[in-house]
Amino acid sequence: MKARAPRSLTVLATAGLMYLHIPILFVFLYAFTTEDAAFTFPPPGLTMRWFGVAAQNEDIRQALGLSLMVAAVATTTALILGTLAAGVVWRTKFFGRDTLSLFIVLPIALPGIITGIALRSAISITGVSFSFWTLVIGHATFCVAVAYNNVIARMRRLNPNLLEASADLGASGWQTFRYVLMPQLGSAIITGGMLAFALSFDEIIVTTFTAGNQQTLPIWIFSSLVRPRNRPVTNVVALLVIAITFVPIILSQRFAARTENQ
Amino acid sequence: MPFREFSLIRRLSTYLYTRRRLRLALLLALPVGWLVVVYGGSLGSLLLNSFFQIDSFSGTIDRSPTLETWRQVFTDANMAVAGRTIGMATAVTIASILIGFPLAYRIARFTSGKAKTALVLAVLIPLWSSYLVRVYAWKLLLASEGVAAWFFNVLGASSVLNWILGLPLIGGPSLSTSSLGQFLVFTYIWLPYMVLPMQAAVERLPESLLEASADLGASPATTFRRITWPLILPGVAAGSIFTFSLTLGDYIIPTIIGNSSPFIGLAIYSQQGVAGNLPLAAALAIIPVVVMGLYLTGARKLGAFEAL
Repeated sequence: MKARAPRSLTVLATAGLMYLHIPILFVFLYAFTTEDAAFTFPPPGLTMRWFGVAAQNEDIRQALGLSLMVAAVATTTALILGTLAAGVVWRTKFFGRDTLSLFIVLPIALPGIITGIALRSAISITGVSFSFWTLVIGHATFCVAVAYNNVIARMRRLNPNLLEASADLGASGWQTFRYVLMPQLGSAIITGGMLAFALSFDEIIVTTFTAGNQQTLPIWIFSSLVRPRNRPVTNVVALLVIAITFVPIILSQRFAARTENQ
Repeated sequence: MPFREFSLIRRLSTYLYTRRRLRLALLLALPVGWLVVVYGGSLGSLLLNSFFQIDSFSGTIDRSPTLETWRQVFTDANMAVAGRTIGMATAVTIASILIGFPLAYRIARFTSGKAKTALVLAVLIPLWSSYLVRVYAWKLLLASEGVAAWFFNVLGASSVLNWILGLPLIGGPSLSTSSLGQFLVFTYIWLPYMVLPMQAAVERLPESLLEASADLGASPATTFRRITWPLILPGVAAGSIFTFSLTLGDYIIPTIIGNSSPFIGLAIYSQQGVAGNLPLAAALAIIPVVVMGLYLTGARKLGAFEAL
């Protein structure tokens, strides 16, 4: 049993936590306000009306579909690249290994706008046209770091003797991979994948620079914030985005906690 | 187990096992191809673009090498933008340390088991939940008819709010259009990045040292100054990489909150988008890269990389 914390410390820590959590509660409240032009508080009345209006909106439906597709393809790509990179960095020493691990974390260590404008420069120089795939390339580039971090962390706790034991018992490289390595790494890959999905679904900065006319859900929200229109619908979409990013985050946390306790 | 079905795969994997270099090359091809070629290449093209310039007549990119764009970067106006951004990044980093420390310390030293998991999760969740929506939440809070104004009104402290908004440099027409509001939102958004490495650092702090310090008669303040702070500094430096770097490049918060007075990120964004001047946007983007390069070198000396 740990010692009791000083009262003042608890007060400060609680204040810090409230600062982190209270603002988001207002997004929930505002999704139900009858106010349709301003941000008046307290809301003059409550209604469910805007949920129906949002559901009917074709732009929102398309943006949601695009966001989900980009996140799914980018996550898959990032998982393959990140797991391969982790495997190589973990098991072998080669010339340029440090450079590779630097390149993996750089897209999230540098401000997102750098990744965005760099990709934009490359797109402009190579003359590639903007498409679904330029979006996927941009998203996968920063999602690799998430996949890599999760997988390599698990690998570092893995006993390398397992692989040798498997080989000694006559397993081929493929069998070792399939029956020894994968079951150990599986949950780390899934956790990394869910976090990468949430990250991609929510990303705006890299998206802005690698999208042409395509509109993802974050781009839709951003543009309706810069040029306010459909305020009540924006409130509902904000709630929707929170709900969609929340599911993979919570799942990945439960997953990580479960494997931790094994 | 029907191994026969795998015989081709088996032979292939045995073949690869004996040829270490080939195996390595195959494994490396995809990640290296992607990161070094796509991302590294993009960074290279960023640098390359900064040596082009925009043709003022046609508005297209003139691809003959020139230093003209770089000359435009070093104008007073752009340097003022850079200074302003670095100032905000510094203020946000310091505030994150001040707000984050009690939280990190309370979690690391006075909780265990389920309570600790719950508190760490409570810090982690805002980090992962939608960035754009969290910025939006503050728009609701800070708007002139919004929650904060109502709160001040209920407390009968509207005059205090007006006094704050009247202050030069940090004030503005409403909280959501002031530098103070911007600062609050930046700090809110990046705070978890500071709390988590700090908490890990406090966790590594040997309790015996703190007890020894108290036994030898040091006041809590002295213990903090001479034991706690120097030992958690690598963790603080690690957290500050994120709070600093992310503030440096962000353009979403300055667009939604504040008076749209330029930040580096906003300048890059509008040069690229509105003005269509990709070369100048590229050259401006080198500023945060250089600043972060210097910052990372300093942070590395403080041991930040081991604390990540």
